[in-house]
Amino acid sequence: MLLFLVAVGLTLIFGVLKVVNFSHGAFYMFGAYFAMTAYQLTGSFALAMLSGAAGTAILGLIFERVFMSRVYGRDVLMQLLVCYAFVLIFDDVVRMIWGPEFKSMGMPAAFQVPPLFIAGGVVPPYYLLLIGVALAAAVILGLGLARSRIGKVIRAAAHNPGMVSALGINTGLIYGGVFALGGMLAGLAGALAAPVRSLTPGMGFSVLIESFIVTVIGGMGSILGALIGALLIGLIRSFGSLGFPLFTEGLMYLFMVIVLVSRPTGLFGKEVA
Amino acid sequence: MTRTRKPGVSRRSTLALMGAGAVTFAAPWVARAQAKTIKIGMPTILSGRVAQLGTSSRNAVMLEVEKVNAAGGLAGRQIEMVIRDSKGQPQEAARIARELVNTDGCEMLLDGEASSGSFAVHEVARDLGVLCIHTCSEASSLTADPKQHIPNAFRCVRQGIHDSIVGAGYAAGIAKTKGLKKWATCSPDYAYGRDTTGEFVLYLKKFAPDVEIISESWPKLFQPDYTEVVTKILQAKPQALYSCLWGGDLTSYIDQANIYALFTQMEVFAVNMADYTALTVVKNLPKGIHSGDRYIKTFPATPENAAWGDAYKAKYNEYPTNWSWQNATAVMFLNEAVKKANSTDGKKVAEVLTGLTIKCPFGADGTVTMRADDRTLVGYAIGWGTTIPQEPYVPDVKAGDWKTIFELEAEWKKSKGYT
Repeated sequence: MLLFLVAVGLTLIFGVLKVVNFSHGAFYMFGAYFAMTAYQLTGSFALAMLSGAAGTAILGLIFERVFMSRVYGRDVLMQLLVCYAFVLIFDDVVRMIWGPEFKSMGMPAAFQVPPLFIAGGVVPPYYLLLIGVALAAAVILGLGLARSRIGKVIRAAAHNPGMVSALGINTGLIYGGVFALGGMLAGLAGALAAPVRSLTPGMGFSVLIESFIVTVIGGMGSILGALIGALLIGLIRSFGSLGFPLFTEGLMYLFMVIVLVSRPTGLFGKEVA
Repeated sequence: MTRTRKPGVSRRSTLALMGAGAVTFAAPWVARAQAKTIKIGMPTILSGRVAQLGTSSRNAVMLEVEKVNAAGGLAGRQIEMVIRDSKGQPQEAARIARELVNTDGCEMLLDGEASSGSFAVHEVARDLGVLCIHTCSEASSLTADPKQHIPNAFRCVRQGIHDSIVGAGYAAGIAKTKGLKKWATCSPDYAYGRDTTGEFVLYLKKFAPDVEIISESWPKLFQPDYTEVVTKILQAKPQALYSCLWGGDLTSYIDQANIYALFTQMEVFAVNMADYTALTVVKNLPKGIHSGDRYIKTFPATPENAAWGDAYKAKYNEYPTNWSWQNATAVMFLNEAVKKANSTDGKKVAEVLTGLTIKCPFGADGTVTMRADDRTLVGYAIGWGTTIPQEPYVPDVKAGDWKTIFELEAEWKKSKGYT
């Protein structure tokens, strides 16, 4: 589910801005560090989550306005270089602020309870929260983009930014907003991951690779695709570790290859006109 | 048309070049002969995921070097450490080691590399003949394999095989008392994880023959999410779990396994748990995880060890790591050997170092020895105990017995064809 949150941010940014945001993992990392710091200062889990999400949203907005907005429509290599440069810069910034050693936020007391047994499976209550948050994000995003006015503007901007701009809508603001939203989702995922994963500079990278697999399987730009892709990857990992413990990673990539060969745009991707 | 001179480099310029070359190469030697300070080179890992270990190695070395320098230095020469970052890359470690000797004029090397890099540095030491002490690599073959034996290289580090023997002996004792027959393992999927787990299981079955391994998991190194590993272990319902996950991977694993209440359902043996880097980071450390000692200031329970741990903490504001005590011990060995040899000449120091026993806060009986036949550290404090969530973290460490370690190590060496 965390993978879904990271992947959906990635897919959203790609869908609207047509940029493959390689620095997306860094927002996940910042989300985790912001949450840990807020949790240590206030002791409130809700505030920790909020600061993880809000902090990365602001960071995303600044990053988009100052740097990314300059490379729209440029060569893909240029965009990739800018993003990759920031992966390294952000890692070093984290190292300077929080230090190179790994950290742990700790599970809030409210969730330090025995796991539930549902239909023969073991489910920790904290993971129910993760599922809930991710599903809520999926529904809000899905409905928001499809039904609301802002959603319509965003979709219009994705298709024909010139026209949207001509209609008197500030596309820069839309782009910044979408990037901030994408960053926020990754930050929220990082904040939610903080209690169960160790925090290190560079922690975003492995998550980034997996969320790329998810978006590629689901189809670049599709929210439903990201959700289904994340679930599929989760299932492949679980069953893979039981059936083919030495080939779990391979299975994931093999599945991606099969999807790409049979449907080059991913399961829910649309042909690019 | 006849040529008066063949194309190419003339004799005169060849001679000039050779002269320049000789001066360039001889310069460090000349400088060295005159130098009052003695430079000791140290490649170690100062960036990346294990930077903390490299930093703690550097800290420990500096702590000891300051003491030696304050007491007059090595045979009257002040030590100047030249410490470089290899980023954990073997080729970089080898390059740096060579450069430290050839360009920087270092007369000795402390090799603060993990196993991968230390084999590369070992080859440089073989080639250059410079005195080299490995201070971090725990891979047993580095000194157990006779092919690696060179008179100028030593290992001042604990060893995988020693840890496995002591750990398995301790675990077998508990397995017998508590009737733990079904075991699972969960270790990182690379050489260290596989070798260490293999050796542990080998000796566990030797000491407790009715133990059976019913589930094995090999998560990737630095894997962020262990859900599928945790659920797989829970499904297998073992009575005990062995793991040699370490550092951030171990703390992540504990946090994730905790919410599945894994630690209440089985006895957990995690060899790398009792290291301050892991102990102080985990916020909800479950009680009763069995662990080997890495570095803990209460084991050995001597005032010297406690004082050393506190002095380190006072200077660097954090506790030392396993790599710290090993590096500190290496400096202690050098200091003692130079005193005995009354010289800083690498060859003479190496001769004295072979078989040398010194007083040391980290010795099982207050001393440690650089064993003569394979030039490796023995007699260091080694033991296992159970963890509690606050200081002293491992209140009661059961010490391993060096007599048993020596016997089984000799058997193991024979089985590997090393002797």
